[in-house]
Amino acid sequence: MKSVTDRYELNKNLAQMLKGGVIMDVTNPQEAAIAEEAGSVAVMALERVPADIRAEGGVARSSDPAMIKEIISAVSIPVMAKARIGHFVEAQILEEIGVDYIDESEVLTPADNTNHIDKNEFEVPFVCGATNLSEALRRIAEGASMIRTKGEAGTGNVVEAVKHMRKLNSQIRTLTTKDNEELMTTAKEMRAPFELIKYVAKEGALPVINFAAGGIATPADAAMMMQLGCDGVFVGSGIFKSGNPKKRARAIVKATAHYDDPAVVAEVSENIGEAMVGIEHPSKKMSI
Amino acid sequence: MITIGVLDLQGGVREHLHLLSQISNVRALSVKKKEDFNNLDGLILPGGESTTISKLLNIFELKDIIINLNKEEIPIWGTCAGMILLAKEIAGTSTSHLNLMDIKVKRNAYGNQLASFKSKKVIPKISKKELPLVFIRAPYITNKNKKVKTLLKLDGKIVAAEQDNLLATAFHPELTTDLRVHKYFVNKVKAD
Repeated sequence: MKSVTDRYELNKNLAQMLKGGVIMDVTNPQEAAIAEEAGSVAVMALERVPADIRAEGGVARSSDPAMIKEIISAVSIPVMAKARIGHFVEAQILEEIGVDYIDESEVLTPADNTNHIDKNEFEVPFVCGATNLSEALRRIAEGASMIRTKGEAGTGNVVEAVKHMRKLNSQIRTLTTKDNEELMTTAKEMRAPFELIKYVAKEGALPVINFAAGGIATPADAAMMMQLGCDGVFVGSGIFKSGNPKKRARAIVKATAHYDDPAVVAEVSENIGEAMVGIEHPSKKMSI
Repeated sequence: MITIGVLDLQGGVREHLHLLSQISNVRALSVKKKEDFNNLDGLILPGGESTTISKLLNIFELKDIIINLNKEEIPIWGTCAGMILLAKEIAGTSTSHLNLMDIKVKRNAYGNQLASFKSKKVIPKISKKELPLVFIRAPYITNKNKKVKTLLKLDGKIVAAEQDNLLATAFHPELTTDLRVHKYFVNKVKAD
């Protein structure tokens, strides 16, 4: 029997293997196959992409298990699925049907306004959104094996993802300059565990991988998030809400692998069709 | 001074570079452009998603370059997904990726994440003392021919093997702080 600590370490290790990858939102097996063929490292199975959730309104819940299972059998790469914030039973269902990762996601309507899921109770790894270091560390303390920026999903507007990543980087840099007495005060102010604060101060990095998410629509967006220090990117509505999903998927994968090479990013940005229609933040902010 | 490249398309690249950087007389490079592969003394194919890395090798036209390195008998070590890339046969599919090593592998052989685990074993050819072994959705070798030497079996399954210049491990030494498997590979490169 594995201890909780061992399991958590292994889940963090598993997530490390996603580094440098692109994770795409898909709503059916055909889209999942396109994503896999384009070279994405995992897919996020959901009934409606964030742009549609945004447009249609109503309560957004975890997807139909039958639809997720179809996607699991359609691809050989890992499949993630979303549970509402705090909805531990949706998470239990997702674990039961064998998803590889659960995203406790603010893109869905929260089920609990106060508490997140106790992710340490689960065998399956979790990814959670964060807008800053204190949120990230609280999610990690609850058992998240992977963090992503929240961004502003479904908008095609990268501004919030950039803001969250810059905030996180800046807070991490500040921590590395503090001594232990100051770190305890920081832990108190950030409402985050002292042990995690000390880790970040020593290593200058989060103890788990961190992906960019929310509003990434172009190869240049993806490459910028990578240059800002993300370990990989989620592309939600950006692929299958665009004019030529196959081409755009491939272009974003290439730009993510060669994020530091403007020649490659320029080349893949040519003639990839219409990007998804952007929504300017925050004129149509989701009510979450 | 020898130069070892770590294929940097996707996966656990930094971990390998970090361990290699602690070994003296080794220059560790991340390699992803065609020209990066010139003048390498050894190459590591890291863990990650084998399907994804294979697609990326095709997309960036790197497969032939690696196949040519093998023809020149440059040592190549595949960890986890890297082992799948090296294999000539993959259970359940008719495809293979680099098609270099006479092994048949089973992907996610221990099941999904719920079957990732740690262990400790002695690999006599590498060290007399136990090595920490981290298996993450690991493959194992189901068949091999005589050219392939088994380095370690775990519960009857081959999880480390060697064939001339090729080394394959189902586990991830780069996820530990133990340098012994990396040193073994470095010595293999030096002996080459």
